[in-house]
Amino acid sequence: MAVIFQLAVQGAQMLLVLLLAPLLIGFVRKVKARLLRRQGPSLIQPYRDLIRLMRKEVVLAENASWLFRVTPYLIFAATWVAAALVPTFAAGLQFSWTADLIVIVALLGSARFFQALAGMDVGTSFGGIGASREVMIASLAEPAMLLIVFSLALVAGATQLSTVAAFMGSPEVGLRVSLGMSAIALVMVAIAENARIPVDNPATHLELTMVHEAMILEYSGRHLAMIELATFLKLVLYVSLISCVFLPWGLAHAGAGPKALALGAVAYLVKLAVLAILLAVFETAVAKMRVFRVPDFLGAALMLALLGTLLLFVSRSL
Amino acid sequence: MPALTDLIEAGRPAEHQAPWRHAVVAPKAWNLAVEQLAAGRWSLLGLWGEPDKVHMALLDEARVIGVISLDCRGGRYPSVGQQHPPALRLERAAADLFGLAPQGLPDTRRWLDHGQWGVSHPLATQPAKPAGEASYRFLTAEGESLHQIPVGPVHAGIIEPGHFRFTASGETVVRLEERLGYVHKGIEGLMAGAPLDRAAMLAGRTSGDSTVAYSLAFARAVEAALGVAVPPRAIWLRALMAELERLANHLGDIGAICNDAAFALMHAHCGVLRERVLRAADAAFGHRLMRDRIVPGGAAGDLNEAGTSAIRSLVAEIRQRFPHLVELYDNTASLQDRTVATGRLNVELARQYAAGGYVGRASGRDFDARRTPGYAPYDELTFDVPVLQEGDVNARVWIRVREVEQSLSLVEQILGRLPAGPIRADVATANEPREGMALVEGFRGDILVWLRIGEGGLIERCHLRDPSWFQWPLLEAAIEGNIVADFPICNKSFNCSYSGHDL
Repeated sequence: MAVIFQLAVQGAQMLLVLLLAPLLIGFVRKVKARLLRRQGPSLIQPYRDLIRLMRKEVVLAENASWLFRVTPYLIFAATWVAAALVPTFAAGLQFSWTADLIVIVALLGSARFFQALAGMDVGTSFGGIGASREVMIASLAEPAMLLIVFSLALVAGATQLSTVAAFMGSPEVGLRVSLGMSAIALVMVAIAENARIPVDNPATHLELTMVHEAMILEYSGRHLAMIELATFLKLVLYVSLISCVFLPWGLAHAGAGPKALALGAVAYLVKLAVLAILLAVFETAVAKMRVFRVPDFLGAALMLALLGTLLLFVSRSL
Repeated sequence: MPALTDLIEAGRPAEHQAPWRHAVVAPKAWNLAVEQLAAGRWSLLGLWGEPDKVHMALLDEARVIGVISLDCRGGRYPSVGQQHPPALRLERAAADLFGLAPQGLPDTRRWLDHGQWGVSHPLATQPAKPAGEASYRFLTAEGESLHQIPVGPVHAGIIEPGHFRFTASGETVVRLEERLGYVHKGIEGLMAGAPLDRAAMLAGRTSGDSTVAYSLAFARAVEAALGVAVPPRAIWLRALMAELERLANHLGDIGAICNDAAFALMHAHCGVLRERVLRAADAAFGHRLMRDRIVPGGAAGDLNEAGTSAIRSLVAEIRQRFPHLVELYDNTASLQDRTVATGRLNVELARQYAAGGYVGRASGRDFDARRTPGYAPYDELTFDVPVLQEGDVNARVWIRVREVEQSLSLVEQILGRLPAGPIRADVATANEPREGMALVEGFRGDILVWLRIGEGGLIERCHLRDPSWFQWPLLEAAIEGNIVADFPICNKSFNCSYSGHDL
């Protein structure tokens, strides 16, 4: 019986991220629109867009290979699995033994690898530009992410997210410089990974400035819906990751009853909303940087993460 | 060194032309003028064709304007473009429309004619059969690992069509070549034989965002040709409309440039201000863009009390809110990082191409048609013409900011001194063909209109030259060495007209 309940909670978590992802995007868009004195589209507009795309016919380039066709599903699957592994309202769920930070980085990395390949598959110049820019960003964002993982692992003694979250929620963690650095680095990586301003502009129509959008310009119909949903999921993933590692309050722990789970769910929604508002405010206040500034930005994230890791080698209490 | 007046005096003067002198000159004098252009002493204001003639509007060192024409025997004339590159596209366009053959033109590809018209040389005496569809050969760039990026003519946003062919080395632009002409509407062909009222409407539709400036330029050219004395109130009302149009466009541009750097906040606030201008224009003149409000002989509608107060409260609102936006622009480091030193246009090129408007003035070219040659009522108004030397995107934004401030002051001055009286004079037709010309400062720069009215009061030939003719080629130069991803913001800072250029 307990196992069934545990499985049900795990299933709820997987469905939760999937169902919540478009809402989070809708919420960020709504807040941004209000900040710009616009009414903005309805909160559920991303759901409608996805449904509309699912119904539409797929237009494929004549020279599109099988890779181009399967990539949307690969990206979606990898991102969904990764997003479902991150503790949202509860840690220590049934599958939490797989919820390892390195696994998540690897899953996202493989999704990106296929996306970049698919971007170049049709042979349009924009796909190539987008893929090369994406890989340039990734080549700096991934090492930074791994260094963040290292410093977290050094502090918490594990790369397993439930353990990390439990440790971070306990009083013994204290105030650590290295964790502050990791937190800032993680936010920077999250901005770059999610193609948000100032690294990329998710709302642009200017083909020449696109990074993520340029790679998926040739996609349509259900393929595009899959990729869009994966993009939404990625934002949920990073927001959940930041909140579970650095804001672990209210997180229900292994074997918690329905009451703790409900509390965890409420806390999670509050964290999502707060972080989404912060993201919208930040995006409104800065301009997009030049493509060649992005390495500086991510270089700073890399250095912060590296410094955090080094500090931990110098002293366990920093 | 000859002056433009000497050349014109030596030629055969055209009859009944105003306000500037116009003569048909000998090939020798034509070549002399081309030499002056090539040496950088004179500026080219326009070059246009007729079935048997080619005309060139010039501005000499003493800032005297004049037109010289050359008879083209067998459609041939010595090319201006081979010595003075700014004339290249104008000559290619004249060749497409009239079948004129500039001798020695280095670039003989078609420009406006994309082989879709069903005829070739539609404005020639004898339009020819369409030439076979030839593929357009873009200029090449050679080097290791260069690649081409074709962009357009259909873009992802709702903008006008134009094709841009980038040759890039990684992200760095090695060469940009534009291909325009996708929105050719045949305005010059439609003008031929049109009565004045219809021609005025056509002129107002050349480029939608400059409809006031085009109507004004056309009306002034007609009035010059026919010797119409425009009532003072109409003159001042027209200036009011022109300044409102400048305000609306500059406000829109400032926001749009920032939006291309993904700084939507400026875009939203500037968009609100632009909308206020349009609404005030609607309240004052009955049309948001003030289309067809300026007609030959005066203005189509008068300004009443409600309109005056709408404009007054508009000026007060912009004066109150705009400085905060300028401060926001100036204090946002991430935005400055995008605009400063991006898309630099050097002073020498701006001078060579006689670039008008903010493009020229951001690169040190101190020219404003409201000053030189100047027209009423600006001679009675006080305003500054801002000029900067940097020539980057930031400078083009600042010129716009300063011009917004100047336009606000001009609007106030005009409202304060608006004379009473009628707003429209009769336009009497003449018994003989008359020629007229006008140079009017639109928000993009100086718009040139040259026309000849025939005996029945019908337009025989009308040429409208958009400022973009001399700005588009400069965009190609300004983007060189920048990165591909910075093209949109450079392009927006130029904001050239596709429609006005393609005609």
